[in-house]
Amino acid sequence: MTNDKPKIIAGLVIFVILVTCPMWINMGKNKPAPKLEMAAEAQAKGYCVLPKADMKEKHMQILDGWRNSVVRSGQRVYVNDQGKRFDMSLSNTCLECHTNKAEFCDKCHVYASVNPYCWDCHVNPKEK
Amino acid sequence: MLENAIKGTKNYWLLLMVLAGIAGVGFLVYLNQFSYGLGITGLSRDVTWGFYIAQFTFLVGVAAGGVMLVLPYYLHDYKAFGRITILGEFLAVGAIIMCLLFIVADMGQPIRAMNVIMNATPYSMLFWDFIVLNTYLVLNIVIGWKLLEAERNYVKPPAWVKLLIYFSIPCAFGIHTVTAYLYCGLPGRHFWLTAVLAPRFLASAFAAGPSFLIILCFIVRKFTKFDPGTKAMQTLMKIITYALIANVFFFACELFTAFYSGIPSHIDHIKYLFVGHEGHGVLVPWMWASMILMGLSICLLVVPSIRNDERMMPVLCVMVFIGTWIDKGMGMMAGGFVPNPMHHYNEYVPTLKEIAITLGVWATGFIVLTILYKIAVSIKEEVRA
Amino acid sequence: MEENRRKFLKVAGASAVGLSVAPVMKAHAIGEYFMPASQTGKHENALIGKHWAMVIDISKLTEDINEKITEACHSAHNVPELENKKHEIKWIWEEHFEHAFTDQRNSYIPDSAKHSPVLVLCNHCVNPPCVKACPTKATFKRDDGIVLMDFHRCIGCRFCMAACPYGSRSFNLEDPRNGLEDRKPKNPQFPTRMKGVVEKCNFCAERLAVGQMPLCAEVSEGAIVFGDLEDPESEVRSILAKSFTIRRKPALGTEPSVYYIVGGGDHA
Repeated sequence: MTNDKPKIIAGLVIFVILVTCPMWINMGKNKPAPKLEMAAEAQAKGYCVLPKADMKEKHMQILDGWRNSVVRSGQRVYVNDQGKRFDMSLSNTCLECHTNKAEFCDKCHVYASVNPYCWDCHVNPKEK
Repeated sequence: MLENAIKGTKNYWLLLMVLAGIAGVGFLVYLNQFSYGLGITGLSRDVTWGFYIAQFTFLVGVAAGGVMLVLPYYLHDYKAFGRITILGEFLAVGAIIMCLLFIVADMGQPIRAMNVIMNATPYSMLFWDFIVLNTYLVLNIVIGWKLLEAERNYVKPPAWVKLLIYFSIPCAFGIHTVTAYLYCGLPGRHFWLTAVLAPRFLASAFAAGPSFLIILCFIVRKFTKFDPGTKAMQTLMKIITYALIANVFFFACELFTAFYSGIPSHIDHIKYLFVGHEGHGVLVPWMWASMILMGLSICLLVVPSIRNDERMMPVLCVMVFIGTWIDKGMGMMAGGFVPNPMHHYNEYVPTLKEIAITLGVWATGFIVLTILYKIAVSIKEEVRA
Repeated sequence: MEENRRKFLKVAGASAVGLSVAPVMKAHAIGEYFMPASQTGKHENALIGKHWAMVIDISKLTEDINEKITEACHSAHNVPELENKKHEIKWIWEEHFEHAFTDQRNSYIPDSAKHSPVLVLCNHCVNPPCVKACPTKATFKRDDGIVLMDFHRCIGCRFCMAACPYGSRSFNLEDPRNGLEDRKPKNPQFPTRMKGVVEKCNFCAERLAVGQMPLCAEVSEGAIVFGDLEDPESEVRSILAKSFTIRRKPALGTEPSVYYIVGGGDHA
């Protein structure tokens, strides 16, 4: 029990290195955040279900709320503060305007390395 | 205590390496299942539970079987079991871990496993099974550890441990009862829809669990300096005898109810298992093997001179173990699902990949078991030395 | 010293577990997020019922009509056609009379009934055993009687399939897109499913929501009638009042919402 000190310290050092290795590996590889490209359809429309800033920050919560309200409460229409009505549907409402899923959705998701499983089932109707 | 797990003989490490190898292969095959889906198994639209859930059901029984040591010792002060109750408790730990792994292996979306807690649904029996299994697992870890610690320090275990032990006894019955309730509360699955299912599960558990324990006792005795005690093993053999008779008796009750009432939906499943149906009958030889093993075991077990003979004990235990494993594992699954609700006969045979994953889970359970037994036995050797 | 070290390890271990669990819990709080009721509604033309039910006139079903119905349903809902028969997914399909009605064991019934190809689907039971079995409420019964699947929540335990006495449910043993042409859905308006979840007929909840009748009823040439069982003026009620109907396995107490007219009748 007396001369375990070096072993413990060595172990701790290895542990710290292992735990922090993702940081070391990615150091200096900082890529700039991707610029979002608005599809022509979206630009033409001029508005979204919520203001841009809200969509940027909360689109995941909104989509989550939409799916719960549609599937579990049978409510399929979203009414925003301006009283505009939208079909709560990822494929049929969001992607109707944001036709460029690859640039608009995937680019950022890849950058942030999030993997929403939405696309396992939901499709981009515009995709050929 | 834990240091005993990393101080072992060459054989100990060799065993662990071999088990880790099998577990590793199983895990690799599981990765394939994880990415492709459960389609790599023999499961189908009609037989939706197979080899994994069969092992799960059987192993819940093995886990519950440990109570056959705990109950006589703590409620009836049966001294001979005193030195090996720890083996029963650790067997339960290993078995429950295998059960949980088999459940995960069987899930279509394993990453969502925690939904069972997040969206707790008290009217679903699966929710309760999850609760009782985990409770029983934690109980046995805590109890086993505290008892062992007390033994090593030559002190009495704290009083609260005894309370936990008393609580663990109904829990043992609980895990297997709730597991039976998974099946016997489903309308339209007439093979399972029987009130005697939970008692039958318990009876087969109290035969299979102690059989496995005796086999482990022989291994421990052969490779270590710790002797579990002949008297304890003989008493366990007696328990196995009664439990196995009860198991076969309950099955006979099933046969009577089904065939005397003559209700086709009850008869069809049993007929499929034992005589097959128009060329469908992959399980027929297995079911007869199971019946013969259990029947022959009973004939031998009821003779005291045979069941008390230490040369016969392991043989009998293996027979009981395999017999109940077929009966409660494969028989219970396929019997319930074939014929299907539309009365089509679509059979189920596990695939090699499925068997590899199954072996991997067993190996993982055995790693846990080996380490726990190593710790327990080292301390027993230390105390007795 | 020894004692302290052990205590430290115990606390460290416990907090490691705590730290790894905490984000999961937080994520879940979001997972339960519903839109506020004030911000949601239904389409103006949505069909709203108290207890949706279906009457199927077996005498009007032919193999051709059945095929047409199955094809229409399976295309609209992107039900895959998988090579491996064991992996089959079905929402509505044909069974022969004795398989659809396993309790009907009369040997000498009219040939028309005996050999009639029956369509079977989820019965949307009043007392659905699948809903009781589901450990996550991924399958649930709506107020209008429809038994639905929430594919986002299904863990793929298949307890519901064991519980269903009608074999109405299918499990995605592989990625269902394997069974779609070019891995693309036939109906891009409707999602596909993912591997590892259970699926079944949804009584066309997505069509009712926009004022359309279920597709099977629409293409059935009058063989299938759909309506609200609790509305005394509904067509289903008037048929049930006039024609003798049967349901599958009524003795189980599940109270199916799908009724069958055997041997025809002069309804409608």
